[in-house]
Amino acid sequence: MKRLLAPLTSIRLTVTLLALGIAVIFFGTLAQTDDGLYVAQARFFRSWFSVFSPHDPAWKWIKIPLPGGYLLGTSLLVNLVAAHISRFKFAWKKSGIVMTHLGIILLLVGQLATDMFARESRMSFAEGEWRNYSEDFQKTELVFLSDTTDAAMNNVVAIPDSELRPGTEIRLEPLPFSVRVKEWMENSEPSFRAPMMQKTNAPQASDGIAQNFDFQPATETRTMDSKNIPTALIELVGTDGKSLGTWAVSDWAGEPAMAASAAFSWSKQFGADLAQRIHGLLTKPQTVTAGGRTFTFQLRPMRYYQPFTVKLLKTTHEVYAGTVSAAEPDGIPKNFQSRVLVDHPTVGRREVDIYMNNPLRFGGLTFFQYQMGREQAAASRGTSTLQVVKNPSWLTPYVGCGMVALGLLVQFGIHLTAFVRKKKTA
Amino acid sequence: MKKHLPWFIPAVFAVWFLTTLAPAREDKFAFAQFGRLPLLSGGRPQPLDSFARNTLVQIRERHDAYDPVEKRTMSAPEWLAEVMFKPEAARDRRVFRVVSQELKQVLKLPESNVDHGENGKYYSWNQIATEANFATLQEQIGRAVKKEESQRDAYDQAVLKLGNALELFNTLQVSARSQSATNFTAEVTAFYKSLPANEGALIAVKTRYAGKNPDEAKDDPLVREAAKFYDKIGSRGEKLPLLFPPENGHDWSRLPDRLMDLTGGEPLPKAILAWARIGDAYQTGNSIEFNAAVAEYSRYCADSIPAETKKAGREVFFNRFAPFYNAMIIYVAAFLCAVGFWFNFAEWLRVAAFRLVGLAFVIHMTGLIFRMVLQGRPPVTNLYSSAIFIGWGAVVLGMILERFWRNAIGLTVGSLLGFVTLIIAHNLALDGDTMIMMRAVLDTNFWLATHVVIVTLGYASTFVAGFLAIVYIVRGFFTRGLDPDTAKSLARMVYGIVCFATLFSFVGTVLGGIWADQSWGRFWGWDPKENGALIIVLWNALVLHARWGGLVRERGVMTLAIAGNIVTSWSWFGVNMLGIGLHSYGFMSGAFPVLATFVGSQLVLIGLGCLPPRYWQSFKKLPATPTKPTGPSAPLKGGGKPRPAVA
Repeated sequence: MKRLLAPLTSIRLTVTLLALGIAVIFFGTLAQTDDGLYVAQARFFRSWFSVFSPHDPAWKWIKIPLPGGYLLGTSLLVNLVAAHISRFKFAWKKSGIVMTHLGIILLLVGQLATDMFARESRMSFAEGEWRNYSEDFQKTELVFLSDTTDAAMNNVVAIPDSELRPGTEIRLEPLPFSVRVKEWMENSEPSFRAPMMQKTNAPQASDGIAQNFDFQPATETRTMDSKNIPTALIELVGTDGKSLGTWAVSDWAGEPAMAASAAFSWSKQFGADLAQRIHGLLTKPQTVTAGGRTFTFQLRPMRYYQPFTVKLLKTTHEVYAGTVSAAEPDGIPKNFQSRVLVDHPTVGRREVDIYMNNPLRFGGLTFFQYQMGREQAAASRGTSTLQVVKNPSWLTPYVGCGMVALGLLVQFGIHLTAFVRKKKTA
Repeated sequence: MKKHLPWFIPAVFAVWFLTTLAPAREDKFAFAQFGRLPLLSGGRPQPLDSFARNTLVQIRERHDAYDPVEKRTMSAPEWLAEVMFKPEAARDRRVFRVVSQELKQVLKLPESNVDHGENGKYYSWNQIATEANFATLQEQIGRAVKKEESQRDAYDQAVLKLGNALELFNTLQVSARSQSATNFTAEVTAFYKSLPANEGALIAVKTRYAGKNPDEAKDDPLVREAAKFYDKIGSRGEKLPLLFPPENGHDWSRLPDRLMDLTGGEPLPKAILAWARIGDAYQTGNSIEFNAAVAEYSRYCADSIPAETKKAGREVFFNRFAPFYNAMIIYVAAFLCAVGFWFNFAEWLRVAAFRLVGLAFVIHMTGLIFRMVLQGRPPVTNLYSSAIFIGWGAVVLGMILERFWRNAIGLTVGSLLGFVTLIIAHNLALDGDTMIMMRAVLDTNFWLATHVVIVTLGYASTFVAGFLAIVYIVRGFFTRGLDPDTAKSLARMVYGIVCFATLFSFVGTVLGGIWADQSWGRFWGWDPKENGALIIVLWNALVLHARWGGLVRERGVMTLAIAGNIVTSWSWFGVNMLGIGLHSYGFMSGAFPVLATFVGSQLVLIGLGCLPPRYWQSFKKLPATPTKPTGPSAPLKGGGKPRPAVA
């Protein structure tokens, strides 16, 4: 057994893994200049294997195969655990090393857990509004809302975007129809079918917003701070197998901020008044009638509902005086602060300030100040976006760091005192 | 004599330093007092002296200007007074530093020529901003701005730098008072008197300057007069500091804004009146009146904003104190003494070096603490202060090592790193103000004091280990001075410092993660700066494990420690050059050649370190020499005179 474990416990393996780790991090960082943080992170750190290759045509021939972050993390973990199991013999002289390594194990495991369980979402509102849900930044869902109260479906049926693959047919019990996915665009661009432009192509779908808009696939985004805006072409089919019609469902229409940004670019093209009308056409609710009931449906950012509500009371946005310049059009930010009222049916009501470096931890979630702005329609009304993070293992780095720091202090302290003593007697 | 030298040399430097503290004598205009007036720039209350220095640094790369006629240096406030109050004279002063040959040719700037008073480096506004050049410059700037930062070459950067300098100068020359006014006081007063006569005039002018067209008031003669006056006091140029302190519920403001904000019945702000008097007195060369007006202004500030005024006074002292520049010079002297010690092992050199390092260190640290008090912040707030702090940490470690080993190695490394980091800081300061305000996300003394300080100490200790290793390789390879005892002590030093480096870089990096978790809920985001710090941690861990596992011995550890220099400089500066990520503050592609050279030199040293011992002067086995056909004929001649082994 011991001999089998020997290669796994060797310090040679540790050094090799550390060296490879350095290489992966270095190339993963370089790759960020071409790929953007998000893609590079997935390719190099959240993977088992990867290949580094510069985008620059002159250097494109370089191809460096590398292990991925998962592989290295797991190997280090195995190496560390195996070494301690096979050589473990408690001695005060080694207590620091043991504690350091336990701390590192905790950090590695904690990061793995974060990777698996953490969820980031956002909560956006204007002053005076309240929310009992946060929205995913990347994922979307297709929702059907019934006009009549129906206990079975609780008025809402949601299909996550991961199920909206072309060619699939989705049948959900409470709905008197099924959903056929004809096309899925991970990222899309709407274009207005202006009457004066005399578009010759047929609309992409028989009903709804597709009469006025075409949606074209767009290149998928690579950066962390921009998002894909998906669109799907769907067909709804009644229980009798007859088609109820085809529609385009798009995040452009389902997410108010996206519709507003589309309207903003149209206002440059067509003027403010016409852009307002186009915006109205885009956000017009799409409905279908089946089984005697009418359903409204849309593709919108995936929502995570909470058992409490958060109301935005007041936003504060301060900039250092006299710092507005061409390079810094908004000035140097001094403070972003949201005053919110958290209302929980059992815990009670609480007023809190959320600002930079001062998040709110509540109900297993952490709320961070993320963005701040003004409502487009009413500039006097502040808006705020909070980053909402659910991370059950958020404490592990705190504990792990403490353990490693203490372990190293103890270990080096032992070395140092021994050295000083020897130096004195010498 | 040798008995007194260890005291004498440091004493000379100490006296020299003290003389730099004395304020310069002024016989006419009280420019020093003028420099103490508080203003607000970059969101930061500061003395006019700091603003003037930071402006000059961006234009001339120096804290002062030069008057070729009187053959004397002009202080920064004196120069600023000229630019603001007598721009026609300032436009002839050669303050714009242009060294790019290409740019000089494009702008047809004269080469160095003593007879014509040309030094080939500094040019005046009138030489540069000619009508022909103006169009050229605009075109060149536009072209350079369009390029991505990482694509700009040295010429583009020279163009942008000059463009920035010209814009700064221009804002200052047109915005501090009404242009070509000889009696600005009278103009301001007349304008003020015209206000109550027609309340509507003010509103109309305000509307006009808000970008709207006040049709209904267009024909009002008062509006026309007021509008003309506003046109004359120029733009509200964004680079102009907010000159006028808060008063009557108004915040800090620029001249046109403050005049615009006047409400009916409000008295004309005293600061504006005093400011107008200062300018008028300067224009007419009346130093008595100038000094009286400056005194009135400072009295006014001391009453209305006592805290800022006091702070401004302290900052002026700090500017003159120039602790980091002075410490840098003394570190050089210390370094020379310490290295000298290796050549003749005269103890007095080592002691003198120790005292010089101590003197420089005291000045260095006083400066560091002074800055912290002025800013109300922990020591490291930006790239500039990180350099100063890394130097500080390296010197502390160097002195500790010296206490243990007394072989001048700690002193050499400490003084060298102190000097190098302060040189880096000096160059980083050429961008302007080094005490800029912290953006919202960084506005936390707790994390600046913990994460930033600790991770910076991690950098410092990794550098110390790396430079110790350089001493090992340089002495071992090129000289015969690396006797087994010295080699052993160096090995122990490097090992000990790498241990420290591991501790600091690890704790600092993880604390950074915890800060990120506190501020946006993400412990680790693979941001370039985070990755750079993690690489340092992993590297130090690798060195320790390789040593513990017996994979490397003395020379191997040394070579690895030198690679630590590369790793650390990459994390400190290299990642900023990628121009991406959350920490890419202070983008500095201009420093890329310097970094590349440094990395190259370290690679050469690593290469030397990897050569087998028979090529090392210190490790050559004496009997082995005769077998070599082309070796030096007598081994003892190789490395100078034989020297005793040091205990």
